[in-house]
Amino acid sequence: MGLLDRRLLFVTGKGGVGKTTVSAALARCAVAGGRRVLLCQADGAGSLAAAFDVPPAGFDPVEIEPGLHLMAMDTEASLREYLKLHLRLPLGGRLGPLATVFDFVAGAAPGVKEILSVGKIAYEVRERHYDLVVVDAPASGHVISQLAAPQGIRELVAVGLIRNETEWMGDLLADPEVTAAVLVATPEEMPVTETLELLGRIRSETEVSVAAIVVNRVLPELFNRREAALFDRLAEPGDWRSELVRHNGDAVHHVLEAAALATRLRRSRAAHLARLRDAAPDVAQVYLPFLFARPHGTRAVQLLADALSAELD
Amino acid sequence: MAPARSRRPVARVVDARLDQLVAASDVVLTCGAGGVGKTSVAAALAATAAAQLDAKVLVLTVDPAKRLATAMGLSGFGNTETVVGREAFAAAGVQPRGELWAAMLDTKASWDELVGRHAPDEATRDAILANPLYRNLTSTFVQSHDYIAMERLHEIHASGRYDLVVVDTPPSSHAIDFLDAPARMAEFFASRLLRWLIAPYRSRLANLASKPFQAVADRLLGASFLADIAEFFLLFQSMYDGFVERAKSVEQTLRDPTTSFLVVTTLEAGPVQEATFFCEELGRRGLRLGALVCNRTLPAGLGDPAARTLADQWQRHPEQAAAVVPTGADDGPPRAGADPQERERLVQVFATMGQSFIDYAMLAAREAELAGRIAPLAERRVVIAQLDHDIAELGHLLELGRSMWPS
Repeated sequence: MGLLDRRLLFVTGKGGVGKTTVSAALARCAVAGGRRVLLCQADGAGSLAAAFDVPPAGFDPVEIEPGLHLMAMDTEASLREYLKLHLRLPLGGRLGPLATVFDFVAGAAPGVKEILSVGKIAYEVRERHYDLVVVDAPASGHVISQLAAPQGIRELVAVGLIRNETEWMGDLLADPEVTAAVLVATPEEMPVTETLELLGRIRSETEVSVAAIVVNRVLPELFNRREAALFDRLAEPGDWRSELVRHNGDAVHHVLEAAALATRLRRSRAAHLARLRDAAPDVAQVYLPFLFARPHGTRAVQLLADALSAELD
Repeated sequence: MAPARSRRPVARVVDARLDQLVAASDVVLTCGAGGVGKTSVAAALAATAAAQLDAKVLVLTVDPAKRLATAMGLSGFGNTETVVGREAFAAAGVQPRGELWAAMLDTKASWDELVGRHAPDEATRDAILANPLYRNLTSTFVQSHDYIAMERLHEIHASGRYDLVVVDTPPSSHAIDFLDAPARMAEFFASRLLRWLIAPYRSRLANLASKPFQAVADRLLGASFLADIAEFFLLFQSMYDGFVERAKSVEQTLRDPTTSFLVVTTLEAGPVQEATFFCEELGRRGLRLGALVCNRTLPAGLGDPAARTLADQWQRHPEQAAAVVPTGADDGPPRAGADPQERERLVQVFATMGQSFIDYAMLAAREAELAGRIAPLAERRVVIAQLDHDIAELGHLLELGRSMWPS
């Protein structure tokens, strides 16, 4: 089953690996395939909006491109919407004190806040308002409490409306045809280590399946083996290098040094790629290139979307 | 100019090194966006200080990479402060003047310790430790890491066991969160809301004004859950005085003139934005910004105009560039280089080198632009070159530390 054939994708990973850009690229890929997509920023930081060069979205989804809708999670708004739908409470703007209580309770029993966030997302999926919902989910660790929220609530809360809701939410999250997590990593030590830890935790602590690991910022291989031997000879002190300097001047050193650095960086990262492959052989891994020209913004999103659709075909 | 530079990264120092700052500080905290190398910078600074000064230095980290932990001589997780053996320094060819100690932050154990200290009696302590909400609070409460890191720092600092404590701040959604943690903890205990939530269970007389809210909350979460929460907070409140007192002292440690912050960043847009915010926020709170550390910067040679021109030529006309190389066809017995296929490969190598330089020069240009943008933020700035390997031993930390310390 294709990654984008599911209906709910949680995109997560260590902070700083490009989770937001990858979420945006996944969404754009799906839109290009003719699907109606809701892109949800889970932590309200507004970076998704920045990736599309649009003003930050609120709780109510905004169509930012044909077929692509953007929203930012807001647990208080989610609670208000829920109360309106289920309790028919004439709350109006007067949620104030209740929201404060809620915030407070949610601080001690984290499942409560998470269930409101996951609840809203799951509701959009259940109601089929969109073909696909892509969540730019919280970073490693925090995402576990979100994905495990339905179970968590069932354990903590014996009765009440919220508990009742956890049943269908749990089913929806546990169905691998519907829901999956996508882990974003970069080929560096900590991101790979955290990705593997996260993979283990998602599998042991939640019922959500992991569809793929997207490895972002993969550096290009400069030389094949035979070329590398030639490069080494150029870079070493010796007749080749001195000839180059004699013809081109001292600038040669900078260019050779830059190529040597690029090769060493690539090599140290290749080791982490191998570690990731060996430790998670059963998870599809998708590589996205390091973008030298444009690391942020709409253009970067489009470049990654192109790379993704080539990889996913 | 020297040919083939050594593979050691060469530090470029723009404004300052950190020896003076360290000499004037008892506590140094590193902070910044996730993934910028905060932990490595903290560990490198501590290791270098221990090597250079006749001082007992502790580095307190939250969650180091496994190999970094190994480099610091930490094998297991836990609150125990462990000394880094002299043999680790000897392996790096260094005879340390001081001592390097390292510890990891164990949030759960630290909380338990804290409760043990502040609970009025053993029964209350055991009731709190056994409460499922407490376990939830300590393992997932977003600010619990932040608070406990600052609390541990205060405890260690107050004990006077070390001359210098270097703290790697916990990763949080907002780098600034941990600064607010002590105040928020005090606020939490002092809040009217807490009293209000507890009141009905205390007096069994529900406050009339709170009744509608209680009713809604009951329907949503069930009355028994609310009762559990109330009971927990009631127990927790017995520690109120201790906690508030403590939170105040923790804040004082942060404000102390001998405490400085190192804001660490890479020269990328996101981290720089966070670093900017952080520097401004420190200023606003009257906290001491010791230095701005630009980590993993690219070599200066990438900005060299002559090199750029050369790279352009190689990329556009690699065959001309390769023609200069004596591949051995002209004299003596033919060598491998005379092979026409090898000629072709050599042309490819020049094209690739040219392209790669152009790619990395673009990154370096963006770095330079960002470096200029953040220059006014701090009086001291330290620039650390990109390492081309991971940090796996103490020697690597000392290597990193060389950029921060005059040799």
